Amino acid sequence: MNAIMRSSRAELLRLRRWPAVWVTLGAWVALALMFGYVFGYLAYKTGDNSFANEGESMSSVLQELLPVSVPDVLLQGMPMFGGALMMVLGAMVAGSGYGWGTWKTVFTQGPSRTASVLGSLVATTVYVVGTVLFTLVLYVGVSLAIALSEGQDVVWPSAGSVLESVLAGLLVLEMWALAGFALGTLSRGPALSVGLGLVWALVVENLLRGVGNLLGAIEALTHVLPGTAAGSLVGSLIGVDAGGGTPGVVDAISGTQATWTVLAYVVALPVLSLVLVRRRDVS
Amino acid sequence: MTELMVQTRGLTKRYGRGDHVRLAVDSVSMTVRRGEVYGFLGPNGAGKTTTLRMMLGLVRPTAGSVSVLGEPAGRPEVTERVGALVEGPGFYPYLTGRDNLMVMARYRGLSERTVDAALERVDLADRGGDRFKSYSLGMKQRLGVASALMGDPDLIVLDEPTNGLDPAGMADMRALIVALARGGQTVLLSSHLLAEVQEICDRVGVISEGRLLRESTVADLRGSASLAVRAEPLDLALAVAMRIAGDDGVHVLDDRLALELPASAAPDLVRQLVADGIDVHEVTSRERTLEEVFFEMTGSNRNHENDEHEEAVR
Repeated sequence: MNAIMRSSRAELLRLRRWPAVWVTLGAWVALALMFGYVFGYLAYKTGDNSFANEGESMSSVLQELLPVSVPDVLLQGMPMFGGALMMVLGAMVAGSGYGWGTWKTVFTQGPSRTASVLGSLVATTVYVVGTVLFTLVLYVGVSLAIALSEGQDVVWPSAGSVLESVLAGLLVLEMWALAGFALGTLSRGPALSVGLGLVWALVVENLLRGVGNLLGAIEALTHVLPGTAAGSLVGSLIGVDAGGGTPGVVDAISGTQATWTVLAYVVALPVLSLVLVRRRDVS
Repeated sequence: MTELMVQTRGLTKRYGRGDHVRLAVDSVSMTVRRGEVYGFLGPNGAGKTTTLRMMLGLVRPTAGSVSVLGEPAGRPEVTERVGALVEGPGFYPYLTGRDNLMVMARYRGLSERTVDAALERVDLADRGGDRFKSYSLGMKQRLGVASALMGDPDLIVLDEPTNGLDPAGMADMRALIVALARGGQTVLLSSHLLAEVQEICDRVGVISEGRLLRESTVADLRGSASLAVRAEPLDLALAVAMRIAGDDGVHVLDDRLALELPASAAPDLVRQLVADGIDVHEVTSRERTLEEVFFEMTGSNRNHENDEHEEAVR
């Protein structure tokens, strides 16, 4: 336990001082703000019927920007680019150390490989938790500012719905971060794992879901894939628009099944990373 | 008490499968004793680094065993008492040298003071605030050594620690290693630089093509001193020399005689040669350098001076 603590503290230090980590998280914040509030607010202010709000009345656009909608907005970007960015984070944390030779150095410091990897996973998780909580606080602030500037009554979402969204967001982002970590460990480098992981999460799963509509066997397969599970978990909470709506948010499987599937990945992916690291020769 | 810090038995590492098998390390059995500076000597690609990696638990042996501080290599309770720099320093390029050591100190559970002391020790204190990626090769190497020193480990493993250092840096590094040994720490040092090993090591292990050719003290490896004599006529001189050094103690090398005698035998030898009317042109006492011994062992030098030392190799 002590060794895991020491490893976690070491990893937290080196992640905190790593510019690439802040670039990745900054990208998430920028994208989340833009798609969560900036575009919607501009559409509302200009009254322009752009592609994003076609057919919607202006009052429903505004409704989305107010504090009461924070739980929904928090989740909508997570299955797609939130997950993708967390996968980049995880892959960098696990993969870079092989090229730099830093895992070699770390594994000769004292903590066992298991403790070192667990410490690294703990540190990564701290960043995932921080990202979700920071996003929540940011969204509350932005939506409050919009409500006040538009002279709307401030209606807060229920504590239950906020908690539900935060937990679902944590699960989804953590799963993708752990997937990145496992890929980075598997390929012993960040580049290949980030590349393949992104193609998988952003392209292949969507294509498979498309093919799945035609082929039953493929459809059954897509139901256990991480992207489908994460998208369905979010979809079950915020609802899926008839026209497809937010990319990545789907209703392929039930919320319960999606939760269990995501949980299974959250358990299985670190186990895979641990087994790989424990067995391998490190040079 | 001669406690064994490192002991390997039939340590073997094989890479590849089928027709592409390569024996990187071939049944190496070596021992490092407490308090000594052990030189692990061999040409590049001889298997030094792979052997060290197995000692540190980074690489799993194909066969054989290695125990460090009396326990199987790679156990946490062993690694925390061993400081290592293996195959170049591995640090986070975006962190400063000091932050890199801070990270490793946290892994080891050491204080910030240890970090500053380690930086001081390798003369990097004033550059500790610069990013690792901006360091020169020599500075990177020194940071790696600093990291290995932190926490005063019982055993310090340094793989080619003078790589990339300039002559002054090399001298500093040698002085540092000697100081560590005086302080009671055991140092296992790998090198392809013979002069370096000769200067600072108590014992050496010579490895080539994965096999440990010999393990002994530096003095034993170099053998005893010899006297080289240039005298005329050579046949008469040979007779005198054999009378003093014994029939097997004299070898003819071109126009010279090599006698297996210490330098203190020179006056008597010269007296006898002169008494027999032989012209003595030159008498020199010479010790073989480790380099000569090494080249003989690894077979990279074609001019074997004599057969006796080849015998020793086997």
